[in-house]
Amino acid sequence: MRDVVVVGASAAGLAAAETLRREGFDGRLTLIGDEPGPPYDRPPLSKQLLAGDWEPERLRLRSDEALAALDARLIYGVRAVGLEPRRRQIRLSDRDQPLGYDGLVIATGVIARRLPFGHELAGVHVLRTLTDALALRDDLREARRVVVIGAGLLGAEAAAVARTMGRDVTLVDPVAQPMHHQFGPEIGAVVARLHLDHGVGLRMLTSVTGLAGAGGRVTGVHLDDGTLAPADVVLVAIGARPATAWLDGSGLALTDGVDCDQTCRAGDSIVAAGDVASWLDHETGRRIRVEHRSNATEQGMTAARTLLGSTLPFRPIPYFWSEQFGVRIQAYGTWTADARVRIVDGAPEAGRFTAVYESGGRVVGVLGWNAAREVRNLRKLLE
Amino acid sequence: MKILLDEEKCVGAGQCVLAAGDVFDQRDSDGIAVLLDEHPGQERSGAVETAAQLCPAQAIRIEKG
Ligand SMILES: Cc1cc2nc3c(=O)[nH]c(=O)nc-3n(C[C@H](O)[C@H](O)[C@H](O)COP(=O)(O)OP(=O)(O)OC[C@H]3O[C@@H](n4cnc5c(N)ncnc54)[C@H](O)[C@@H]3O)c2cc1C
Ligand code: SF4
Repeated sequence: MRDVVVVGASAAGLAAAETLRREGFDGRLTLIGDEPGPPYDRPPLSKQLLAGDWEPERLRLRSDEALAALDARLIYGVRAVGLEPRRRQIRLSDRDQPLGYDGLVIATGVIARRLPFGHELAGVHVLRTLTDALALRDDLREARRVVVIGAGLLGAEAAAVARTMGRDVTLVDPVAQPMHHQFGPEIGAVVARLHLDHGVGLRMLTSVTGLAGAGGRVTGVHLDDGTLAPADVVLVAIGARPATAWLDGSGLALTDGVDCDQTCRAGDSIVAAGDVASWLDHETGRRIRVEHRSNATEQGMTAARTLLGSTLPFRPIPYFWSEQFGVRIQAYGTWTADARVRIVDGAPEAGRFTAVYESGGRVVGVLGWNAAREVRNLRKLLE
Repeated sequence: MKILLDEEKCVGAGQCVLAAGDVFDQRDSDGIAVLLDEHPGQERSGAVETAAQLCPAQAIRIEKG
């Protein structure tokens, strides 16, 4: 293999590129990303950057020197628009000439989902990229009333930041508790309590039916109970879909992002990693895709090794964290709908606890609420 | 090699401790990482590089030499 192309210049793509070099690949390496600048870290976008505590420079994933040391062609602001695996070529947005490869890493991440209405109004935002975050931050400075649609990780964090800035904040979601999909109902209730205690208005079990506007700017959010939640800024945080449009017609299986086998392989000399990639769990045969920061790095590393000939399966212990109102929540493993949660130490009222999730007599997840060290020790239960 | 730890970036994930428990630990109070060894020997470089790579907050930098 002499020529590897990595599409998607972010956490997963960068980890793959660095691993290729670290494992001795000395051929040509090309990293292509459609965002305008060098790779940056996304988690702070809904935390320190949104709050105005950090500026974009702080989010850089690598310094210029570290990028230069990669000895790679770095192409920013260019989009991959097609893939022809039989010819081993990809098509790019800025040139007619296709680009050949003999090893390909797909790491194009996910794209924020939008409502079917309302996004033409000023004041309506999504949050995925640095550009999105800076636009939202600007708008929050002037805002009085903010409605966040979607109470997942992103929505809950952004609501906490806006509330800490002193804005009047309403969080709307059809589920019963914020972060229900991540943590289940019991811990979701603890997250709800945290938001209520800080004065966030929760509208759970509530759907959005439309956005109201005047003079091209949003003025409120119509809810399915017939009321209108007034707003001058709206954040739509209703999840994301894998960025696979450019792979349509390529022949790759795309049932859940890019479908990979147990080793992150998606096709002939093609691997995939990060938010865009699902893999087969080598124990259960279940297809898994996660949108977490640590996974992007770990999967990028495995994908690179697979490209270099490794046949070891990808066997991560998924990890993610979230920060809201100064509370740091950390979880290993995955919450499943049939899992039962049990608090093992501390208490929600005390602002510090650990919990385990059990299903079929096995521990499937562990969670720490302001208990970083303890949760790391509990991680053993998942090994 | 010298390790630089950005405490403000650290989110207490503990990936560094899992990768190189003889070089990193976490504070009891808030889980923020602490260095047990600021200048680990060359034989630890593999583990330390893995820790820096796996740190989800990009809080660990290594200065060679
Ligand atoms: C606001 C926010 C907060 C988050 N907070 C947390 C957190 O607290 N904890 C946690 O664990 N995770 C968090 N995450 C998730 C974490 O950031 C992601 O899991 C991680 O960024 C995934 O990395 P990736 O490289 O797979 O994808 P991405 O970071 O999405 O990168 C994919 C890149 O590919 C580019 N691209 C897409 N299509 C093409 C194309 N056709 N051609 C060229 N380039 C293309 C994209 O523009 C992008 O730059 C957060 C995410 C967001 C958005
Ligand atoms: S891995 Fe990074 S974020 Fe986690 S404790 Fe270590 S330094 Fe902090």
